[in-house]
Amino acid sequence: MPSKLASLIEQHESELLDEWLEHQKRALGSAAQRISDGQMRTASQRLLGALRMTLQAHGPEAAAKDPALLQVLDAVSHERVAQGFSPSETAVFVFSLKEALYDRLQKEFGNDAAAFSKETWDVTRLLDNMGLYTFETYQKSRDDIIRRQQQELLELSTPVMELWDGILALPLIGTLDSGRTQIVMQNLLDAVVAKNADLAIIDITGVPTVDTLVAQHLLKTVSAARLMGTDCIISGIRPQIAQTIIHLGVELQGVVTKASLSGAFAYALEHRKMSIVKNSGIAT
Amino acid sequence: MDRIPILKMGECLLVSIQVDMDDDLALALRDSLTSRIVQDKARGVLIDISSLDIVDSFIGRMLANIAAMAKILDAQTVLVGMRPSVAMTLVELGLSLPGIQTALNVDRGLKLLHCSPQGESSAAKHH
Repeated sequence: MPSKLASLIEQHESELLDEWLEHQKRALGSAAQRISDGQMRTASQRLLGALRMTLQAHGPEAAAKDPALLQVLDAVSHERVAQGFSPSETAVFVFSLKEALYDRLQKEFGNDAAAFSKETWDVTRLLDNMGLYTFETYQKSRDDIIRRQQQELLELSTPVMELWDGILALPLIGTLDSGRTQIVMQNLLDAVVAKNADLAIIDITGVPTVDTLVAQHLLKTVSAARLMGTDCIISGIRPQIAQTIIHLGVELQGVVTKASLSGAFAYALEHRKMSIVKNSGIAT
Repeated sequence: MDRIPILKMGECLLVSIQVDMDDDLALALRDSLTSRIVQDKARGVLIDISSLDIVDSFIGRMLANIAAMAKILDAQTVLVGMRPSVAMTLVELGLSLPGIQTALNVDRGLKLLHCSPQGESSAAKHH
């Protein structure tokens, strides 16, 4: 059975599009500046076309599940996220079509109350579903961005560098939770193998607080490195942190600790029976 | 059944575990290694686990036990070549093997044992 709605859209496609764009602009207000008229028109045209084809093929009941239509909605939502629209501004895109269609339906079925209410109900249900879908996609794109940023942050915040032949430094920045400890440990142990290191300095200058859990994570990292035959020095312990460690009664179990990275480096050189001497000014 | 070969090098014994360890194999290694330490009057034992992908709590404990037994028999044990993933698993299991010496590779392990490949062991000099 050909849907009445489909033929209605087909007959008045260009008028509908104009009315819809009008409604969108009014609803968006100043936010409409973020998108050009051309872009808005193209997106609306695509959606309207997809909606018409879906309605013709499946009727209004199944239309909200048609993959072709959902794909268009996906594309629009992703675009809006990238342009910095808020969720409701994105949803307005779909919901304003309802107003346009309602006006059109009223003109068409104004005299036939039964047909008008049936078509209105169909339109409302279909567009509500589409609106919800847009909302969900918007949320999903946001979540993807957040997850990617978290991943990037993790990669950024755990560098391992080689200070000297066989001496690694691992400056930790930010709070240590179990997820990060895992990555820190992995990076450190991989670097130990790659650089053939026998000493690693873990610098915690950038760690804001050390509680029992963080200390436990640090000790785990030290133990894992020791199992691979690499000694660890913990450096960059600020006075407040030293106080907290003692107040909490955290046992650092024989781990060498130094106040500063330079102190740890000096210890590391001493450990390898090396020293840095001042050049007494004799030209070489 | 697989056997893990034990090689003698100077006053040290070399054990390289190249197959997946199961519990029986670990027990067999414990028995043969302790008797070889006595038989060869070894002063050092080097266990290379660089081919081991998985070390479970039993194997981990067995390695610690072997080291402790060797110590009683006056031989120093060095565990070398542990993989990063294995080290992380052991730490998660709470097995940090405090009584056992470790080194990154066989080369470093031999240096720790003062056991040179020339066969002239200097381990005795340091005792």
